[in-house]
Amino acid sequence: MNMMTRHGAALKVENCGKTFADGTCALARATLDIAQSETLVLLGPSGCGKTTLLRIVAGLETPDSGGRVLFDGKDLTRQPIEKRNVGMVFQSYALFPNMSVADNIGYGLKLRGLPKTERAARVAELVALTNLGGLEDRRIDQLSGGQRQRVALARAVAIRPSVLLLDEPLTALDAALRERLRGELNDLLRKLGITAIYVTHDQAEAMELGDRIVVMRKGAIAQVGTPREIYFTPANRFVAEFVGAANIIEAPIESGELVLPGGRVPVSGRDAMSRAVAMVRPETIMLADAATAGLAGTVDSVRFAGDRQRIIVRDAASVPLAVDAPNTVNVSAGERVGLSIPPAAIRLLPEED
Amino acid sequence: MRNRILFTLQFLFTLLVAAFLAVPAGLSIAAGVTVNYFRGLQSGVTLQWVAQVWDLYAGTILASIMIALGTLAVTLVVGVPAAYALYVRGGRLARLVEEIITLPLAIPGLAIALALLLTYGGFGSFRRSWLFILAGHVVFTMPFMVRSVMAVFATIDVKSLDEGAASLGAPPWRRFVDVIVPNAAPGILAGSLMVVTLSLGEFNLTWMLHTPLTKTLPVGLADSYASMRLEVASAYTLIFFVLIIPLLVAMQWIGERGQSR
Repeated sequence: MNMMTRHGAALKVENCGKTFADGTCALARATLDIAQSETLVLLGPSGCGKTTLLRIVAGLETPDSGGRVLFDGKDLTRQPIEKRNVGMVFQSYALFPNMSVADNIGYGLKLRGLPKTERAARVAELVALTNLGGLEDRRIDQLSGGQRQRVALARAVAIRPSVLLLDEPLTALDAALRERLRGELNDLLRKLGITAIYVTHDQAEAMELGDRIVVMRKGAIAQVGTPREIYFTPANRFVAEFVGAANIIEAPIESGELVLPGGRVPVSGRDAMSRAVAMVRPETIMLADAATAGLAGTVDSVRFAGDRQRIIVRDAASVPLAVDAPNTVNVSAGERVGLSIPPAAIRLLPEED
Repeated sequence: MRNRILFTLQFLFTLLVAAFLAVPAGLSIAAGVTVNYFRGLQSGVTLQWVAQVWDLYAGTILASIMIALGTLAVTLVVGVPAAYALYVRGGRLARLVEEIITLPLAIPGLAIALALLLTYGGFGSFRRSWLFILAGHVVFTMPFMVRSVMAVFATIDVKSLDEGAASLGAPPWRRFVDVIVPNAAPGILAGSLMVVTLSLGEFNLTWMLHTPLTKTLPVGLADSYASMRLEVASAYTLIFFVLIIPLLVAMQWIGERGQSR
C-alpha cells in the first residue's frame, strides 16, 4: 500500500452554490479541498445537494457566480465537462447500447486520437483490471447489472482522468451484489490511487470507501471528516443519526452526571447543564447487574440479528435505548436490566434547530 | 358454449367492419384493371388503364416521390438535430419551440397553405417552383419527425447517454453522431416512414399550393376523378396503393419491433 503511486489532480471547490432557474437553492455556497489521490465521499439523504455538488465538479452544472472549481490550481469553472478530463460513473451507467463492451471502454481513447493498437492494449488492460475477460464483444444489453457497473468504471478510468466521479454507482444493484462490488471498488480505488469523489446515500458505503466523508443535509455541508471522526464525534444531531445507529438522549447534567429517569450516568466535559443533548452508540452500552448499576431499565424487546442482538430498554432514559449485546447474552422482554455507559462513549451534541 | 357464441358474434362483427373498410378499396382496385367497370369483371381484365395513367400522370408520380424524398431529407437534417437540442436543453424555451413546431398538426392544411401563399406568394419564382410545395410539406411533416424522435429519446435516456459521452471528452457533434443517432435509429426510421407516407398522400395543402406545372400524385388523383373515366381514376388509385401500402406495412412492423424490445 505504501508503494501506491498517486494519480489525478488535487481539487478545490471554492464558494460553489447552485440556485436553479425557478429559485430553489440546491446547494448553499460550499468550499472543499480534495487532495491528490484522496477518495472523498459525499454522503446524505436524497435532495441534500450531493449530486449537484458532484455535477458542478464534473462540469455538468455551472455554479452560481462567484463559485470556482480548480483542478491542480487551474480554474476550470467555465469549461464544459468534455474539456475537463474527468472520468464519470453515472447511476444509470450511461453505457452506449450501440457499442460493444470493448468499444464502450475504448470510446474516450478513440476521441483522444489514440492509435488502434495502443487503444486495444489499454482496453485489454482495463478488461483485465475489472474482470471483464471474455465479454469484450458483448452488447450492453447482454450484461448483468454488476457487469455493466464494471464496464462503466473501466470506461471512466480508461482515459486516465484527473478525477474519478462516481454518482451512486452501486444503487441500482441488489443488496448482496452491492456489498461484494463495494469491496471490489474499494480495492480498485486503492490500486489506482486516483483522486475520486463518490456520491452515496448509503453510510456503510461511505465508511468503507471514503478517506474523508462530507455529510450533507438540505443543500449544506453538515460535517467533513474521516469515517472515524464522523462516526465517533459527529458534529451535530443530524450526522449522529444519519451515520450509524445512535441513541439521542435529552437530559439535564448535574454535578458531572447525566440525570435520567432510570438513574445517573457520569459524563466528561460538562459539570452542569439545564438541557444537554447526548449521543450514545448502541454498541458502547453494556448490560450490567440491575441492582448495582447506576442506570437501570426494563427490556422492551430483543431483536436477534445473528452476530449480535439489539435490545431495546425502556424507562432508563426519556426515550427507549437501543443496546447492542453479544449474541450469547440471555435476556427477555420485561426483565429488569442494569446499563453501564463509559463516560468516553457519551458525546454531547450542540443544541440546534 | 356461451363464450363460443360470443366469440363468433364478435368475430362476425369484426369481419363486417373490416369489410366495410376494405370492400371499397378492393372495388376501386378492381375497377382499375377492368376493361369496362359498368359491365363488370366479365368484360375482362386489362392493364391498359394503368398504362394510360402512367402516360398521363407519370410526371406527378415522380414529382410526388421526389418531393417526399426531399421532405424526408429536410426533416432529417433539421428535425433530428432540433429534437436533440430541444430534448437535451429542456426548459421553458425548448417546450415553447416544441409547441410551435407541433402547431401544424392542429391547423388545417388549407390554412397553412393560405399563410404560405400570403407570405411567399409574391416571390414569383419560388411560388412557381417545386420548392414551394416542398416547403409546405416540410412544415406539415416536421412535427411528426420531431415528435417520434423525441419519443424514442425519452425511452433511451438520451440525457445520460449525452452526458456519458461528454464526460469521455466528446464535443456535441461527436455525441450526436456517435451515440445519439445510432441509439435513436428506430425513432428516426419510424419518423422517416411517417414523413414519406404523409408527404406522398398530402392533398389539402398541396392542392392550394400547386400550379398546373407543380402537381403531385394526390392532386393528379383529384384531377383524374373530376375529368377522366372511372377506370382511369381507379387505376391511378391502384398506383397510389402500390406506393403507399409497403410504407404503411413497414411502419407497423417497425412499431411492433420497437415495442417488443
